[in-house]
This record gives sequence, C-alpha cells and structure tokens, in this order.
Amino acid sequence: MREKILYVLGALAVVILVWNINTIVPLPAERNQGVVFKIIFFHVPLAISAMLASGVALIASVMFLITKNFEYDALAVSVTEVGLALLAGNLVTGSIWGRQAWGIWWAWDARLTSALVCWLLYAGYLMLRNAIEEPTQRATFAAVFSIFAFIDVPIVIFSIKWWRTQHPQPVFWGGGSFPADWLPHFLWNMLAIALVAALMVDVRLRQEESQRELDSLRRMAHAI
Amino acid sequence: MSFARQVLVVALKDLRAELRTKEAINASFAFALVVLLLFSFAFDPEAETTREISGGLLWIVFAFAGTLVLNRSFARELPNDCLDALVAAPISGAALFLGKAFANFVLVMAMELVSLPVFCIFNNVGTPVSKQLGPILLVMMLGTWGLTVIGTIFSALTVNIRLREVMLPMLTYPILVPALMGAMLITKGLVLGHPLSGDLVTWLKMLMGFDLIYTAVSLVLVETVLVG
Repeated sequence: MREKILYVLGALAVVILVWNINTIVPLPAERNQGVVFKIIFFHVPLAISAMLASGVALIASVMFLITKNFEYDALAVSVTEVGLALLAGNLVTGSIWGRQAWGIWWAWDARLTSALVCWLLYAGYLMLRNAIEEPTQRATFAAVFSIFAFIDVPIVIFSIKWWRTQHPQPVFWGGGSFPADWLPHFLWNMLAIALVAALMVDVRLRQEESQRELDSLRRMAHAI
Repeated sequence: MSFARQVLVVALKDLRAELRTKEAINASFAFALVVLLLFSFAFDPEAETTREISGGLLWIVFAFAGTLVLNRSFARELPNDCLDALVAAPISGAALFLGKAFANFVLVMAMELVSLPVFCIFNNVGTPVSKQLGPILLVMMLGTWGLTVIGTIFSALTVNIRLREVMLPMLTYPILVPALMGAMLITKGLVLGHPLSGDLVTWLKMLMGFDLIYTAVSLVLVETVLVG
C-alpha cells in the first residue's frame, strides 16, 4: 500500500513539475531583471521546504527524546538530509540569480550568510551522526544537537539581518511585489517541490528502516 | 549539599586538576600566541586599518584557543572512568554542567586576559583598548560565557565519539556565529573609540540573550546527554 502511494505521489510530482515548467516558460520576463527572475519559482519553494524540514526535524528530535522510539530518529535524519539538499538547491539557484542580477556569484548579504550558516549547522548534525557508532547514543546526541541547531536558526537570521542586508526585499512577507496572476504558478511549484521533498524523505525513511532491520538481524545471527 | 555548593565543588575540582597539570591552559595560551604571530604575516600589523579588524582578530584567537580548553573539559574525565563516577555521583547533571562551565569560564578568561595585552602590543592597539578597558572586559565576559556554555555541553556530547578534537569546533562554531559576530562587532566599535551606546548596546543585548537562552537549554538537556 505504502509503495503504491509513493508511486502515485512521484508520478503526480513529475506531472505537476512538467506542467509548471510549461506554464512558467511563456510568462513575460521581468522588467528589470529579465528572464532570470523566473528562478524565484524554484528558489523560494526550495527555501520554504527546507525551513519546513528543519521544523519537522525539531519535532521528530523532541519526540525521540520523549518516546525513545527509533521511528522518530529515522524521520529526523531523513528529513534533515533532504532539507540540507533543498537548502543547497536554494543556495545554488540564488547564486545563479546573483551572478545575473548583481554580477557576482556570492555576496555576504544577510540572507545568503544566514542560509550558509544554517546549512553548516545541519551539515554538522550529519557529521555528528557519522561519528557515533552506538545507535541509542547516536540518536540521542543527534536529537540534542538538532534542538540546539533549530534554536540557533532564528538568532542567526535576526543577528545577521542587523549586520547587513543587500538581498532584494523578500517578495513574500517583506515589501517586495509579485504580480497576482503569477501567484498560482508559484503555489503549484511550491506544491510540486514539497511533494518531491516528501517523496525523498519517505525513500530515505525506508532505507533507515531497512538498515535497522538488517542491524537487528545481524545481531540475532551473532547471538545464535 | 545545596545546588550552589555542588556547583562550586565540581568547579573547584576541575580548576585544581587543571592547575596541577596545566595541560589545557598552557596549550591554549601557546596556541593563541602562534595564531597572533601568524596574523602578523597575513596583514600589516602597524597599519591604521588593523584597528578596524582588531575586534574580529581578537575573537578568532579567543575562539580557537578557547576550544583547546573546552576539548579537555570532559576528555580529562575519561582515564580511570572518572566520567562514570561523576555521572553516578549524587548531584544533578545540571550541577555537574554548571560546575564544569564555571571552571572552563575561569580558564578561558585567564587565557584571554593574558592574550589581550600581547595582542595589544603586537598590533599597536594598546591605547584605544586601555581607554575602553571596562566595556571590553564586559564584552569579553559575555562572549566567553557563550563560548563556554556551548563548548561545555558539546564537549560532553563529543567526549566519547571518534574524531573528538575535530568534531567540537565543527559543531560549536556554526552555533556560536551570532555570539561571536556580536562580540566581534562590539569589540571593533570599542577599539575604534565609539562609546558603548546605540547599536553597540543592541549587540550587547543580543549577546546576553544568546547566553541566557543557551544556558537554559543546556541545563535542560545536559541530563539527556550525560545519562541518555
């Protein structure tokens, strides 16, 4: 059953993405920025999905510490890995846009810097996991680190925002403007990217589950 | 034993052990000197522009050298299974954590207080620093407390894992970004002769907030880290 849902969701994501690209391509270019502006249809959903992922990682980590159920640990690591990939996508698309709009690949602007710091934070989470062998300790320490990292995200974002800002005012929740008839395109792409993310999390989750099953079988074989 | 007394006992034990061996504090100060020396090749230490970056440089030295002290904090307890004994002792994890954090704070501050004059002499910023010594010391204490809290809890987190010495800075520096950034900006402003007001106070409040939040979170989570 779960596999079938997975296939259906995957097919749905592909259909929506293809359809989206077909509808986004004929849209007129933005007056000042030209065609590269359309990267926003991918750039922003990637960022939002990555933020959602860090939220889910926090909830899963807290739930693991409360229940000690390894399902939550598997969810935390899956969602963190996918979130890290999404954030990397966000940084790369932003960098491409920056090359066109600002003429440089990277600027030490508030949002870029905080995105990079968040990326490094969660990369640390995965490195910490890699360094610990024992499953219970790994899950516990990783959960503790995830909580620390999540608390840091708003502090990083606000402090770096005070430090400097060069990023265009955010289109959503921040004074930028976005044509109303473009909003549906944006929302559809948001849905598609969120679907892809959920799909990747699920695939990764199954890997974690199989891994745990393998480990327990191996232990049993040793015991015999 | 009251909570405060438990904290004091752990802190004094750590300080006594460190004063007898001096392994962490010596290594940390020697490292700070080496970094200060290397800076002199990276840019002209006599130029006027040095003043503008001195706040940042100073905190890079403190963060790097401080990590050496923090790395030892829990690793010191590994031989003879001292860590197990400490965890089994009839004190709460929070008391153990606070005691160790205070001891680390004293050690890192000691390293910083010795490095600061050397830094001033090497980079010719003695006069501006001595004029603003009070505010600079305040920033040093707040920044160092942030460094110590994060460093101590992560020292407990990494004590038993592979690549301990590498993992601690890898994990702590990204978390410390807001604190280090605030401390750097305030120190820079002070060295440039600005009074501690306006923007600098905002940064100081951010630094205090960082310290408070992470002290609270660490106290809540330390039991989980130590006992599981």
